[in-house]
Amino acid sequence: MEKNCAIEMKGITKRFGQVVANDSIDLQINRGEVLALLGENGSGKTTLMNMLSGIYQPDEGEILKDGKTIYIRSPREAYEYGIGMIHQHYKLVEVFTSTQNIILGLNDGRMDLKAAENKVNEICDRYGFEIDASEKVYDMSVSQKQTVEIVKVLYRGADILILDEPTAVLTPQETKKLFAVLRNMKADGKAIVIITHKLNEVMEVSDKVTVLRKGKFIGTVKTSETNPQALTDMMVGHAVSLNIDRPLYPDPRKKMIIENLTCVDEEGVKKLDSVSFTANTGEILGVAGISGSGQKELLEAITGLYPVKEGSVRFIKSDGSEVELVGLTPKKIRQTGVGMAFVPEDRLGMGLVGSMGMTGNMLLRSWKKGKGALIHKKEPEALANKVMEELDVITPGVNYPVRRLSGGNVQKVLVGREIASEPEVLMTAYAVRGLDINTSYTIYNLLTEQKMKGVAVLYVGEDLDVLLELADRILVLCGGQVAGVVDARTTTKEEIGLLMTQFNAKEDER
Amino acid sequence: MTTLITLIVAAVTFGTVLMYGTLGEILTEKSGNLNLGVEGIMYMGGAFGLAGAFYYEKAAGAAASGPVAITLAILAAFAAGFAASAIYSFLTITLRANQNVTGLALSIFGTGIGQFVGEFMRVSEGGYVALSNHLKEAFSATIFPGFLINIPVIGRILFSHTVFFYLAIVVAILMFLFLKKTRYGMYLTAVGESPSTSDAAGINITKYKYLATTIGGGISAIGGMVYIMTTAGCVWNHEGLSGVGWLAVALVIFCMWRPLNAIWGSVLFGAMMIMYLRVSIPFIPTELYKILPYIVTVIVLVLTSMRNSRDKQPPASLGNNYFREER
Ligand SMILES: Nc1ncnc2c1ncn2[C@@H]1O[C@H](COP(=O)(O)OP(=O)(O)OP(=O)(O)O)[C@@H](O)[C@H]1O
Ligand SMILES: [Mg+2]
Repeated sequence: MEKNCAIEMKGITKRFGQVVANDSIDLQINRGEVLALLGENGSGKTTLMNMLSGIYQPDEGEILKDGKTIYIRSPREAYEYGIGMIHQHYKLVEVFTSTQNIILGLNDGRMDLKAAENKVNEICDRYGFEIDASEKVYDMSVSQKQTVEIVKVLYRGADILILDEPTAVLTPQETKKLFAVLRNMKADGKAIVIITHKLNEVMEVSDKVTVLRKGKFIGTVKTSETNPQALTDMMVGHAVSLNIDRPLYPDPRKKMIIENLTCVDEEGVKKLDSVSFTANTGEILGVAGISGSGQKELLEAITGLYPVKEGSVRFIKSDGSEVELVGLTPKKIRQTGVGMAFVPEDRLGMGLVGSMGMTGNMLLRSWKKGKGALIHKKEPEALANKVMEELDVITPGVNYPVRRLSGGNVQKVLVGREIASEPEVLMTAYAVRGLDINTSYTIYNLLTEQKMKGVAVLYVGEDLDVLLELADRILVLCGGQVAGVVDARTTTKEEIGLLMTQFNAKEDER
Repeated sequence: MTTLITLIVAAVTFGTVLMYGTLGEILTEKSGNLNLGVEGIMYMGGAFGLAGAFYYEKAAGAAASGPVAITLAILAAFAAGFAASAIYSFLTITLRANQNVTGLALSIFGTGIGQFVGEFMRVSEGGYVALSNHLKEAFSATIFPGFLINIPVIGRILFSHTVFFYLAIVVAILMFLFLKKTRYGMYLTAVGESPSTSDAAGINITKYKYLATTIGGGISAIGGMVYIMTTAGCVWNHEGLSGVGWLAVALVIFCMWRPLNAIWGSVLFGAMMIMYLRVSIPFIPTELYKILPYIVTVIVLVLTSMRNSRDKQPPASLGNNYFREER
């Protein structure tokens, strides 16, 4: 055993009913090191870490801290052992200020918010965080919320930090900042575990990588001695190719013409500012932009979920006739025979019903087709089985509540369902957020497959490398305006990066 | 003028009953438990409170003192509410039964027990349960000296009420200070907002939920006792109590889960409830008057959801049970 070993997990097994989430796993976490935990969706990463943070109890196995066996029976005990976890879904009280959240659950004499705020500011200065100690959490952006979570853990004096997919919702700039902080903490002698699906991040920030597959321990390697391809092969269990193939569709035609689309939010701020573009059949139109540049509003406006102030969205049917979509409700849009599918950003909120199984969720999309008052379960059940097989959804059965599936598998269910509706226009927002690399490629291939069937695909993404490889054209949004539409085959990352920020720069000059 | 003052005094008398019911339910709901059993709890408080005072007088005879009888009535009512809410807590917190169903069941159970105890006392005492006059007076007497009450106009409005009214205000202020100024109050709020966050932060969720729910139930029950011992004149009267618990639940919403709002809110609701007795307008059926508080509650709900203020919402986890390993 190494001298700077902080935590050792030996033969850990955890079952949920018939699901074996972790199967006799060994893991070692060292001080002054960043360990990346890698594995496909549902491979048991979150479950394993939750046993360190006291949320779950292992069914078998042993946890050692500094060589001594410990039992972590609750989150409180985890803190006492110096273990702090930043969860995939943040655990914050929205109506409290950041300081109130940070001192929550601590018992150190009289409650003194002022002193606590000072201590919070001190920690922020030391590691380079930027948060307002007296701001309410509901007013914060995701990255600020995450910062609060990290400060909360540090405030409690944790020296073993676990971060579960911290970068999934961050912009590249925010990720850079986070990594700088992690390096600071590492230099401070803390032990850090980070879960992420982005291999470039693993290569950039970690010292060692532990790989899990289907709940089993596969191996631990030094980051300096491996590469993304080798890691992917370890994760998936067989060689996979990390190339996206981008065929040309022989006969592209106009499918949707958007002209001068303008949307205003409740406070009167322009979210979309006379956006115009055309989507073609047999084409993946990538949408790039800094987060919050109007991507969400654009897709929602087209699908009739967001009020449009001005402009038009014309859908061209296969017989050549045009339909104006602005002003129609989603239901009306469907009734006019416009085949549109939308994979929203907020999966369990907008897309799926958490407590229903896959079958029930399939039914949600097709219930209109059924006749009479009775439910016809056969068809959706067959569809659910098909999606489960084709997309490799890890679930004990099609009637298992989707809420209990791992994050990535939830996304597969949603994408599978939308594709199955055979749309003419397919819109996705951050379709691979939280998905492992293998599943991401499955989704890319599915989208390309749809494109070759003549579907017009709108792909809102955050990873520029993927956009450059996957899309045919890229629409760049900046502050609600179209900064440009470029040919993905000839453009460069730099050009897009420039377009993404240029409009803001112009406005600053004014 | 005198009519108006009489109206206000009567509103305060009925409002006091509501205030206890509401304050108790606010404390309960702050922990994320929606206890719909308030109606039953207040019935039990009424019956057991009366029993406490009655059997005390029976034992002590002519030597029975007012303050002791009042204290015993409060304690008996509190204990009844505490016990009823403990059953609710065990079912919802430990066994994770559905809160709405359990609350409704408690409502039915509690009214039944209240009725049973009330009737049992009556029958076993030969048809009539009442306290002696000097104890009755102790329950409805004010604690302030005569010269204060005799101050024109404000004297009666401010000083002529029973000890229960002033006690309720003290409870409201204490609850406000607890929630806003103490660590434990903040933790309780956190439990009601996000149990999983509080759990991850090391707070003992079960303890907070149990304590808030049982103590809240105890406070609510005192309201039932206050009704029986003041408005109903120290005899068991189940009719007057019916619906009061539901009104208290509505009032919690009206008050936006803030104890200080309960003070004026319950007097306002009290006024609306007794209006039909005092200000009768011909051709308007009394039932219309009686739904006034509910209409006001609905309007308040609509207004606050329209303004969409994050600070004026119910505790975020209200009505949901917490299980650490569930996701
Ligand atoms: N509370 C729970 N109840 C039932 N099953 C669960 C629970 N938590 C996890 N599981 C199951 O355990 C398995 C592992 O899930 P886990 O969340 O650990 O995966 P993961 O590696 O974190 O995946 P992802 O990358 O998608 O977040 C999944 O099959 C999941 O359905
Ligand atoms: Mg996970």
